[in-house]
Amino acid sequence: MERWLLPEGVEESLPPEAWRLEEARRRLLDLYRSWGYDLVRPPLIEYLDSLLTGAGHDLELETFKLTDQLSGRMMGVRSDMTTQAARIDAHSIREEGNARYCYIGSVLRTRPDGMGGSRTPLQVGAELFGSSSVNADLEILRLMLASLEAMGLNEVSLDLGHVGIYRAFEESAGLDTQTSAELFDILQRKSLPDLRLFARQCQLSESLMGSFTALIELNGDLDVLDTAVQRLSAAGERVQAALSDLSAIARRLRGLFPDLPIHIDLAELRGYRYKTGVVFAAFVPGRGREVARGGRYDGVGASFGRGRPATGFSADLNLLVDLCANSRSEEIRILAPAVEDAALAEMIGRLRADGCRVVSALCERDLREQAQQMGCTEILVRQGKDWERQSLLRD
Amino acid sequence: MSEAGKSTLTLALSKGRILEDTLPLLAAAGIEPKDDPLKSRKLRFETNRPDLSMLVIRAADVPTFVEYGAADLGIAGKDVLMEHNGNGLYEPLDLGIASCKLMVAGKPDAIEQAGSRRLRVATKYMETTRRHFAAKGQQVELIKLYGSMELAPLVGLADLIVDLVDTGNTLKANGLVPLETIAEISSRLVVNKASMKMKAGAVKELLAIFEQATAK
Repeated sequence: MERWLLPEGVEESLPPEAWRLEEARRRLLDLYRSWGYDLVRPPLIEYLDSLLTGAGHDLELETFKLTDQLSGRMMGVRSDMTTQAARIDAHSIREEGNARYCYIGSVLRTRPDGMGGSRTPLQVGAELFGSSSVNADLEILRLMLASLEAMGLNEVSLDLGHVGIYRAFEESAGLDTQTSAELFDILQRKSLPDLRLFARQCQLSESLMGSFTALIELNGDLDVLDTAVQRLSAAGERVQAALSDLSAIARRLRGLFPDLPIHIDLAELRGYRYKTGVVFAAFVPGRGREVARGGRYDGVGASFGRGRPATGFSADLNLLVDLCANSRSEEIRILAPAVEDAALAEMIGRLRADGCRVVSALCERDLREQAQQMGCTEILVRQGKDWERQSLLRD
Repeated sequence: MSEAGKSTLTLALSKGRILEDTLPLLAAAGIEPKDDPLKSRKLRFETNRPDLSMLVIRAADVPTFVEYGAADLGIAGKDVLMEHNGNGLYEPLDLGIASCKLMVAGKPDAIEQAGSRRLRVATKYMETTRRHFAAKGQQVELIKLYGSMELAPLVGLADLIVDLVDTGNTLKANGLVPLETIAEISSRLVVNKASMKMKAGAVKELLAIFEQATAK
């Protein structure tokens, strides 16, 4: 039997990636700390009800489930930490003003995120509760961009949308659950041919058909927003408010990051079931899917006792580290001989305190040979009473 | 995404039946492959446009190549797209080529013959067939086959088949009749989601060219 075989989509990190992952974790948490975000560490496992509440049932099929032997209730292994953060804000902490939380942890997904995707992402993210202002959305957007920059990911492009626009049209269409799911699917595929067919089958009104067509077509650079204002001028107040929020965010981002490519897409409805406002995602070249995403999800906390405005983002740290795999220099590793010597011990201690990696040899075999076997880049050699570093890279 | 810079695009074409209809459309769009994909054994082709290269792959693989960004755009039959799970691709344009129907077919008396027994349906379109019969509230047994569907009812392997029907000649030659249309099929232009965002200019230009060529 292949006992070594891991289940599909289940990752483990080995040297040297595991350290790089850990370094990335520290770097990001330090960043969030410096922005005033408090760390929360929600549990890996909770009652299923709590995990699925609020997030709608988008997560239901994604979540691994098991029975709690103590209570007989169903428990789930978290597949997304956002609702956990919302629960903490609504119930556990109940901060009155704005609350800022960051988190990192493993989540499990029953199905891989796309073919060959992971079922064990290391989710890292930040959430801002208590403010429905554009400033809050901007702060989260900037923090997401800062995270990607800290990971050394350049050439990021940003995708911006707003689920409120689609939601307003969907509600006025008055479709049942099944047909609205169909419509949603068509918009996600930007399939104009399928939309035409759908409109005929469901006898969608001329004006609604026009609105949905506009949503599919309204994507591109910032000019799209001006076109949107014209094409959707007949739409109600909610749509106008959504468009003006989106414009404000896009224009301020443009001011802050003149070189950042911003793409507007009004049919982009990531996490639609529980998102309520602006949604966004970051893309990098060479990767056909987003690398980080987020948006506004006001009121999710209501089912935990306190609905508040909320906005946040998250990413899979495993993926981020993977993407910047090639952008790192060789690491120094020093091998010290297996010799009892006070000066040597002192030198090793000093080097380690300075952050060098020093390995002590366990036997007296030729030190260079051992170093090469172990992939060490330097050895310590005796120089009179003292010890000295000697590089192996040049010979 | 193709590796050579931002504005270069890769287009994935479906081998076989669709390819024959695709080449005239490409020509109408002013795109000429440097070798003849119908004759060459190459899988990757340069075109007269330095910013556009093409892959020729199995029809069922086109959605996978495009969804994961190995190609920015692709041409795939609606049948293949209906079978491909999820909504990970954009399908903005109906190219109107390689038209046919996805149909349920069988012996003329197939359904009466089966009586109240659960129907067995042979197909390579497992997802689409399951959805179709489920929507009708009908429980059926599916049998996955990779080709020569028409044989299944003749040898008693299945009561019905679900397959593409073009002229209907193969059905007729085997004593089968079309019983129900599941969907009208034609080829669609599909686009990788990230390419649509990150190479918006180049992708939209190509979309417009195809739209014009399709209208001709």
